[in-house]
Amino acid sequence: MDGSRRDFLKMCGLFVLAMGLKPVARAFGMDARPQMLPAPEALKARRWAMVVDLKKCKGDCTACIDACHRVHNVPTFDDPRHEIKWIWREKYADAFPSQYHAHTEENVKSKPLVVLCNHCDNPPCTRVCPVKATWKRAEDGIVMMDFHRCIGCRYCMAACPYGARSFNWFDPRPHIRQMNLDFPTRTKGVVEKCNFCVERLAKGQRPACVEACAQAPNGQALLFGDLQDPASEVSRVLAARFSVQRKPELGTRPQVYYIV
Amino acid sequence: MYDAGKIIAALLLFLALVGLPIWANLARGGSRPPELEIGATEKQCVAPVEYMRKYHMKLLQQWCDAVVRDGDRIYVAQDGRRYEMSLSRTCLGCHSTKKGFCDRCHDYARVTPNCWNCHQEPTKENR
Amino acid sequence: MLKKALAGRKRCWAWIAFLFIVMGVSAACYVRQLTVGLGITGMGRDVSWGLYIAQFTFLVGVAASAVVVVLPYYLHDYKAFGRITVLAEFLAVAAVAMCGMFIVADMGRPDRVFFILLHPTPGSVMFWDMLVLNAYMVMNILIAWAVLGAERNEVPPPRWVKPLIYLSIPTAISIHTVTAFLYAGLPGRHLWLSAILAARFLASAFSSGPALLILLCLIIKRLSRWDPGVEAIRLLARILTYALLANLFFLLIEFFTAFYSRIPEHMQSLQYLYFGLEGHGNLVPWMRASVLLAVIATVLLIIPRARLNEGILAVACAAVFFSIWIEKGLGLVVGGFIPSPLEKIVEYSPTGPELFITFGVWAAGALILTILYKIAIAVKEELSA
Repeated sequence: MDGSRRDFLKMCGLFVLAMGLKPVARAFGMDARPQMLPAPEALKARRWAMVVDLKKCKGDCTACIDACHRVHNVPTFDDPRHEIKWIWREKYADAFPSQYHAHTEENVKSKPLVVLCNHCDNPPCTRVCPVKATWKRAEDGIVMMDFHRCIGCRYCMAACPYGARSFNWFDPRPHIRQMNLDFPTRTKGVVEKCNFCVERLAKGQRPACVEACAQAPNGQALLFGDLQDPASEVSRVLAARFSVQRKPELGTRPQVYYIV
Repeated sequence: MYDAGKIIAALLLFLALVGLPIWANLARGGSRPPELEIGATEKQCVAPVEYMRKYHMKLLQQWCDAVVRDGDRIYVAQDGRRYEMSLSRTCLGCHSTKKGFCDRCHDYARVTPNCWNCHQEPTKENR
Repeated sequence: MLKKALAGRKRCWAWIAFLFIVMGVSAACYVRQLTVGLGITGMGRDVSWGLYIAQFTFLVGVAASAVVVVLPYYLHDYKAFGRITVLAEFLAVAAVAMCGMFIVADMGRPDRVFFILLHPTPGSVMFWDMLVLNAYMVMNILIAWAVLGAERNEVPPPRWVKPLIYLSIPTAISIHTVTAFLYAGLPGRHLWLSAILAARFLASAFSSGPALLILLCLIIKRLSRWDPGVEAIRLLARILTYALLANLFFLLIEFFTAFYSRIPEHMQSLQYLYFGLEGHGNLVPWMRASVLLAVIATVLLIIPRARLNEGILAVACAAVFFSIWIEKGLGLVVGGFIPSPLEKIVEYSPTGPELFITFGVWAAGALILTILYKIAIAVKEELSA
């Protein structure tokens, strides 16, 4: 035969490459994108924000946490290392480490309050995601998670200065106490966090925690609304009362405000 | 060719072994796709049947990206009808059950779409 | 040249068999991790990066061994390094291969590893890290293979090798800088939020890389019929000494900023690591050992007669390697997560499966290195015969 072994191998390689061209071309082939629209009954805002009124948030109440974790199939783990929490209680002193001093009253320092993802306006977590599995929505400022895209590198968890994100160290399904079939679970290996209830907002409903708090005995400790609408509840409350954010010096511009 | 006899014999043996699934199926009279319990409550799916048979996964991927990444929830079909883009509520809200409909072909074709690791089949009451 | 990897004495096959056994156990543990989840490791919600990422961070530094030899030889004609450029480049290849394996071991969804190519995100430092590390590994494979092949055939290397070598030098600097940038831009992690982190990474890279390379050269000298050259080893030792001094200096100045300013956020992680914080301190013995090893190594390396003695040099290199392995690996990565953003101290210790998976990746890297070195040494032995 003419031709060396090298030439034969080159020809084989080219052949394999050529065989691969057709499916690749088909994959990139442009079909007309079908028409897709936002839900007509969705609540809309230009900048969703939440206000936590610490004067009304009660120490022994977990209505918001229970509602959120039930609606979103958040699993329960006993080992705190493997905990997944979208909203949870912390002491004032731990949530606001630079906002107390040696002479702050003890009942203020240990006052329980809820913390959650702050849906920052300048989120470090979305900056670092290598696959755009988390991003800030341009239309309303919510920091979204795409569980289909997340590769589980946990860079966003390192980047979040608030400890707002959890990781699925195991398959969550066996650990879900009460399954809500209307919302998907996640798989092991992806990061998750509060999503400001985008699926409820799309149906015209307020976030589960806000709804649950409104129905709890203490009344409205959690307020939710559009900060860019001066007539919204959150805008009015923040204009009238003194409020703080968590770690504002980091420049993240968190959108969960606390009325102390 | 050196050892032509041995090589050709070995090649034929190789083809026979590698093609065992094919010969076994032919001997059994060929295989047919399974019967589906379509169980649809509507006459028309979100897209024509032929399109859905070939491209339902592609459609679901488009729905997935549209809902999660673009924030859209409503799909406008070719015939102008509007549907909520949801595997659990729209697809399974109409088609009978995952076992009777989806799994039949998937098991036959030995594919395991991983949608079900997260997405759930609604109960009869919730459809 | 690959055929050369297949010839070997009994000792060599025993070593390779040992590596395969370790890799086998490790693979079994990894399968368990894939099926059960990353929860079988010691990581958790607060310390979400652990042993795997610690090894990755350290090994990026070891990959610097190549540039430490390549830069003086190709840019400044330090002829003594000519004998070992291929060895240094092969070490870099093995190190970066291990980096990639540790990343995949640490991922929650390794089946989605190609998303980082399918959905490129130039705003994310991790994207650039993936790019430069892979580019560096490929460059070094191509360069070393071409140079070794040319050496074997006693012809000059092909013309495309030179520009690639020049390109590999800034690429080498970039792998350390970009890996440091993974950590140094995160607002909530005050141990990492330091302008000099990238400089520290370079200093520790130029210490740990040459330290391992010297040890490997000494081993090669003992086990084969080819001598890497006493001049090359001495030159490496000199570079190592200065880099180690810089490394220690950087550590001290971090301590100064933290403890003279007395800002709690700056101090807390260092306090946890080196002194213990609020009763927690399971890394304290490790960090102190790291400092002790570094100081001993510095003393041994500064004294010329000690540095020139191969036995003492070997001890010093081993001390440097372990010191930096502790400091840049566990110390830096785990320390960054303690205290947590909610002021809690959650300690980390690796679990058994996690350790075995780590050993397995090291064994795989050692196997890659063994194969590549067997080829290189065989060629060089053949030439010097």
